[in-house]
Amino acid sequence: MSHHIVEFTDVHYSYPDGTAALKGLSLRITHGEAVGIVGANGSGKSTLLMHTNGYLLPQSGTITIGDSQLDKSTRQEIRKKVGLIFQNPDDQLFMPSVFDDVAFGPLNLGLKPERVEQRVIEALETVGCLALKDKPPHHLSGGQKSAVAIATVIAMQPDILVMDEPASHLDPKSRRALIRLLGHFEHTKIIASHDLDLILDVCRRCVIIKEGRVVADGPAEEILSDRQLLEANNLELPLSLQKRVLPSGGTMDDISKLKHLLGHWAEHNIEHARTYLDWSKKANAIGKTELSAILKQIADETEKLDGLFKSAEKLCSADIKPQ
Amino acid sequence: MTFDKEYFNLGYLDILSYKDTFIHRLDPRTKLCATVFFIVMVVSFPKYEVSGLLPFLLFPVLLFSLGDIPVKFIMKKVLLVSSFAFFIGIFNPLLDRQTMYVLYGVKFSGGWVSFLSIMLKFFLTITSALLLIATTSFPGICLALRKFGIPDIFISQLLFLYRYIFVLVEETMKVVRARDMRSFGNRGRGMIAFSGIIGTLFLRTVERAERIYQAMLSRGFSGALHPTKPYVLTGADALFFAITVTVLYLLRMHDVVGAAGKLSVRIF
Amino acid sequence: MHMADALLSPAAGATFWAGTIGAIAYCSKKLKENMDEKLIPLMGVLGAFIFAAQMINFTIPGTGSSGHLGGGMILAIILGPCPAFIVMASVLTVQALFFADGGLLALGCNIWNLGIYPCFVGYPLIYEPLTKGTAGPKRIFVAALISGVVALQLGAFSVVIETMLSGRSELPFSTFAMMMQPIHLGIGIVEGFVTAGVINFVRAARPEILQSVALARPISAGGPSRKVLACLLVAALFTGGALSWFASDNPDGLEWSIERVFGKPELPEHESGIAPALKKIQEKTAFLPDYKLRARAERAGGQESGKDEKTLPSADAGTSVSGVIGSAMVIGLILLIGLGLRLARKNKTAQKTTGNDIR
Repeated sequence: MSHHIVEFTDVHYSYPDGTAALKGLSLRITHGEAVGIVGANGSGKSTLLMHTNGYLLPQSGTITIGDSQLDKSTRQEIRKKVGLIFQNPDDQLFMPSVFDDVAFGPLNLGLKPERVEQRVIEALETVGCLALKDKPPHHLSGGQKSAVAIATVIAMQPDILVMDEPASHLDPKSRRALIRLLGHFEHTKIIASHDLDLILDVCRRCVIIKEGRVVADGPAEEILSDRQLLEANNLELPLSLQKRVLPSGGTMDDISKLKHLLGHWAEHNIEHARTYLDWSKKANAIGKTELSAILKQIADETEKLDGLFKSAEKLCSADIKPQ
Repeated sequence: MTFDKEYFNLGYLDILSYKDTFIHRLDPRTKLCATVFFIVMVVSFPKYEVSGLLPFLLFPVLLFSLGDIPVKFIMKKVLLVSSFAFFIGIFNPLLDRQTMYVLYGVKFSGGWVSFLSIMLKFFLTITSALLLIATTSFPGICLALRKFGIPDIFISQLLFLYRYIFVLVEETMKVVRARDMRSFGNRGRGMIAFSGIIGTLFLRTVERAERIYQAMLSRGFSGALHPTKPYVLTGADALFFAITVTVLYLLRMHDVVGAAGKLSVRIF
Repeated sequence: MHMADALLSPAAGATFWAGTIGAIAYCSKKLKENMDEKLIPLMGVLGAFIFAAQMINFTIPGTGSSGHLGGGMILAIILGPCPAFIVMASVLTVQALFFADGGLLALGCNIWNLGIYPCFVGYPLIYEPLTKGTAGPKRIFVAALISGVVALQLGAFSVVIETMLSGRSELPFSTFAMMMQPIHLGIGIVEGFVTAGVINFVRAARPEILQSVALARPISAGGPSRKVLACLLVAALFTGGALSWFASDNPDGLEWSIERVFGKPELPEHESGIAPALKKIQEKTAFLPDYKLRARAERAGGQESGKDEKTLPSADAGTSVSGVIGSAMVIGLILLIGLGLRLARKNKTAQKTTGNDIR
């Protein structure tokens, strides 16, 4: 059993159109680690991922995966060790049936059909999709597709799992199922995502990429609770960590809720006033003058409330200070 | 027909093809051969044949019932595509006015007879083609074609195409809806907007192909695709095919309607 | 303008299927020999793209009617003749199955009409020569227009040929052609416009895409040389046209035309002797029924018309009435069988679902 280390040493890469995506990126990931890769759009995350299985080759610097250094001759071998899962499951399920898709990898590895079938069934069982074995991919729901896409990769039994935005197409329930699933995997996991809460839940270590370089590297809990660091990199605190306490004691959540409600009520208030006025006129038209007068009074009072609503809203805004 | 409806029909027919009935379980090769044989028999009837075609209704009716296929749905589709055959066929009564049959004093020209023949043939052939796909999944048909010697490249192309039709149609639908929401009457739906839409979709398609290729490489692709699911011909297949071919052949050769008619005349 | 099974005879359908299968085999071989594996997903997805694009309708200026994209030319320009033909054939196959566009026998004709002409005539013989080297948008426009028009004219003409050779329609050759060609002139112009629009759009937006696809194209995707193509085309059109001309006056065109061309004399019908016995055996063993059957049917009472149209069978009131009653009986019986089976199935499935329903 070799070390399955993933090591990037001063890697540079520019796209054919001239965009420099990686400008001296160095990173070392050891066996069994779960690492989250975060960064703004255009920071180089996707480019980094595409290097891990040799789809792109570094223009300078070296990449070592396991025992081999990545280059044209070794990349086929490296692909046996590194399983890359893309953002859009539709791009990865291209065979006529789920079984065929999951079998694609093992067959390409040269395994015999019986072994392939075994692998397929194991992989599908792991992701909980064995019942979908004979279905065509376009009959699957988003969550099912994501799960099957993962199965297509783990059927090859890679040592390292690399994932690009694994939960972006998923509804909350499927997302939670995915997080649970990833927790069970013992592979080395490298996950690039904007979903910082997912990274927090799945990864022990977190790396921030900016302008093609690593700018921060440490325990996920530390990195992802450092608001200044995150905001300097076009990021934000994970949603689960975004709670602010006000001087008055109420939480941020309540005040914003109230502000929202006040706006809502103020709108309705004006509508009500108008309705009362309309009916007042109608009453007048059928001769009910006293009734009409009372309705008009109600309408006027209601209109006056408008000012009160507006003041209340202003007070709410005062409390929401940028920190 | 609007885009949305067409897409729904496509999807519905596709889902039907994955049902589980006796007919669905038959090997796709059997169904393909039976359907082709049926079509050739129907089409081989000469120009003025009408009554000989009627017993052939048995084949689609049996498939509808045994395969549990909704009749109305298929009939709607048949109607929808009937225009070309109709518009060419309708010239027959206009051009061929020689009386062919006289029934209770009403004269029927040869043209009407041949027109009716065309429309009956149309109905039978189109219905059977739809029933083929409704009872056999598309990948099944592709594998059947492969067994019959169609080159692998073409089979891969068919399977890939099928896989991504639904994805692309959905993508296209979104773009079309966006266009329709911003066009009024005929403005905005012209050829220039269309070219722009198509051009954009084309670029997105190429990008998608790139990503798919990436995914294929990641899983070790080196040029060959191996679709699995070996179909096995069973006794049921042999029986079905033998019976179908025999019955259809006999129907083609013998005048069932005439016999039935003579029988009834004798009885009553 | 898709050909329909109902207008085809088995012989005509089989002829065009033979041509189509030959072309598919040829292109597949060419691709297998030297294709960048990158083309596999690209061709597949482009096919889906064309399929989806054909579902969008747009309004044609001036007429207000709606038009649709054919797509053959766009594919040929982007992928080259052989890959484009494979893609077009696959799209038409899916349409034939899912949309019942024409039918399965006619599919062979449709792949020929809508695939061969844009990919092997329009592109290599017209578009490519005109746009060699650095071609600006205007040149592309003209080339796309001309090639689109020509490809569609040839396609429409083929429909005429196929119909004539089948002999199911009464339309004489010239009338039918006079109808089809002008209509498809308009369609061809629109196709050319849209093709040019898309190509120019892509060139302006992301020119490197066209280049990278071009690099992935097989080197000999041009298929046969231009001279060969041109000669084949002329020969095919001439033969088809000539046969159709003969065929238009006779009921079952292709069979009749072939006999005419190859000079096979007709066998006179003998009433006695070995001939009728042999005929009977032939009828019983013949796979594709032919003229012999018709002759027999003639003897059976004249309900089907013979090959010789000039002597229309006299209308026999008795057989006509029994024919109608017989038809009603047959249809009724068939419907009863159908309904019965359906009810039987419903009972079966009702019994089944009282069991466990595991999701």
